[in-house]
Amino acid sequence: MITTPIKRRTLLGAGLAGASMLAMPSILRAQDKSLKVGVYGGYFKDSFDKNIFPEFTKATGIAIESIAEPTGEAWLVQLEQAARAGQAPADVSMMSQVAMLKGQSTDLWTPIDTAKIKNASNLLDRFVNKYPDGRIAGIGAVSWYITLVTNTDVYKEAPTSWTAFWDPANADKLGLLALVSNSFLLEVTAKTFMGGTNALDTEEGLLKAFEKLAEVKPNVRLWYRDEAQFEQSLKSGEIPMGQYYHDVTGLAAADGHPVRSTFPKEGGIQDSGCWALSRASQKSEEAHIFIDYMCQPSIQATLSRKVGTSPTVKREVTDLTDKEFAAVSSDIEPIVPRYDLYQTKSDWLNQKWTELIVG
Amino acid sequence: MRREPPQTLGDYAPLLFPAAMLTIFFVVPFGTMIAVSFFQRQQGGFYTPAFVFDNYARFLSAFFGGVLGFSLMLAIIVAICCVVLALPFTYMLTRMARKVQVVWLVALLSILSLSEVIIGFAWSTLFSRTAGITNILVALGIMAEAKALTPSFGAVLTGMVYQAFPYTVLVLFPALVRLDPTLTEAARTLGASPLKAFFTVVVPALRNTITATLIMVFIFALGSYLLPQLLGRPQHWTLSVLITDQAIYQSNMPFAAAMAVFLVLVTLGLVALTVIAGRKGEAA
Repeated sequence: MITTPIKRRTLLGAGLAGASMLAMPSILRAQDKSLKVGVYGGYFKDSFDKNIFPEFTKATGIAIESIAEPTGEAWLVQLEQAARAGQAPADVSMMSQVAMLKGQSTDLWTPIDTAKIKNASNLLDRFVNKYPDGRIAGIGAVSWYITLVTNTDVYKEAPTSWTAFWDPANADKLGLLALVSNSFLLEVTAKTFMGGTNALDTEEGLLKAFEKLAEVKPNVRLWYRDEAQFEQSLKSGEIPMGQYYHDVTGLAAADGHPVRSTFPKEGGIQDSGCWALSRASQKSEEAHIFIDYMCQPSIQATLSRKVGTSPTVKREVTDLTDKEFAAVSSDIEPIVPRYDLYQTKSDWLNQKWTELIVG
Repeated sequence: MRREPPQTLGDYAPLLFPAAMLTIFFVVPFGTMIAVSFFQRQQGGFYTPAFVFDNYARFLSAFFGGVLGFSLMLAIIVAICCVVLALPFTYMLTRMARKVQVVWLVALLSILSLSEVIIGFAWSTLFSRTAGITNILVALGIMAEAKALTPSFGAVLTGMVYQAFPYTVLVLFPALVRLDPTLTEAARTLGASPLKAFFTVVVPALRNTITATLIMVFIFALGSYLLPQLLGRPQHWTLSVLITDQAIYQSNMPFAAAMAVFLVLVTLGLVALTVIAGRKGEAA
């Protein structure tokens, strides 16, 4: 039963691809070089389709077919299942760090040859994802922050610290991410109350963090998996506080919605996505050209301006002004998630977390 | 038309297509799922073929027992609510003029065309503090202050009953239309009130239909996983929600498969019990 959606989707995809091939033979002949790129569906994909991909095709002659991928690890599971069958639903995909590590365990990612990527030297070290033996599994695509967001009608003053989540005055007012591996609330707890994320090195430390986090429960109205659910409630003031993406919140505020995103004094949560190439893909050459193109400082700056993401290349090589940089990032030291834990202790963490919020 | 039992192999030919479809789209995936449920989970990765019981062992805990119990209870309550509401409704509907019946049935069918997502978001808006129905009550002076009715158990139940109600009516409708009107007429002639005639004649005459409908709605409700997320708190999440978490977000296929197999077995067991109990009741 669980395998059906994947099969059905693959079938559907194959059917669609077949149908479009029949429908557009002329386009296929004109653009014989093409690449299927997976990006998070919705706002991300729309922005890439509008601001990035057409320029790339113009510059390189490689047509891009963008694929909307679900967030979380759903896409990883689909890529892995498909790769086992020798299929690549997308050649290059934007993958989260936890998904990158999990994909490494089955050699899902084709190692990337940095010799073919002349712009790789611009990248910040922490955005190059490596296999344990040093091969490069993925290259930083974009990074983003999860911050403390509030509805400005309900909270006239912006909160300054993550401790607001623990404030009894905020009972039943919070919207938080529902999964241990995407909310990174253990790291937030450790940084805020336990002196840093190193406190999570031991099992005792993790249990203490869980205990502290349990105090937040009465304040939580919504544990969301679906971003749209929280965004809507935040805008209307139904759920006036929570954790959410800095970029999307900024865009909503720019559209006139009464919302704001604050970098707490303990730092925002910095997460990032890598470009990774499925081992089932036959388009290694095109993929390298694509990744190289995306690593250019000017493209990273465009992403910051148009999509609101934080650059994965060194700031000084971009032409972002202080104001533009401040809009997508912050000088406060970020909380960097403990991705290693979600690989080595994932089942234990998941079990404790589910018991914490469901129990 | 005369019906003859199939004589030659050729007579079975029309069966081949549905049989093949059933095998490809049900038997094979279900078999795969059972196989995967015994596979070895690779933490931080995927899984490797093996034959281990770890996944079932992990499920046998007070925590998952509680979630399973809640899911079954929720599905049973939804089934009972739907039948209690739909039976008198459908009975009255069958007594109405043909034109009225068509309008009602089209309206019910149109609810069926709504996806679970739309139903969930619509009810969460209706139950919200900022835009919900309590604002109407405040405007009418019945309530002092608008408040949120979601997330709560009541909200989950409402959403699920709303979603399953059209199915219930459509299943009951043919049986009620075919019900011999002379039965109730006889009861009325013998002096029973309409209400008494309904409970002493219509309900017992439809006992098998009602049991079948209860089972159908129960199974339908058991698979629900979006509405509990959209309208409930984490303690209202069904086993299906946790199965999805494992399969989609934790990439733990073996454990998700084991939970799903367990859910199917428990469901089949409950259905079998209901059928057996029904037969015994008939024999007595």
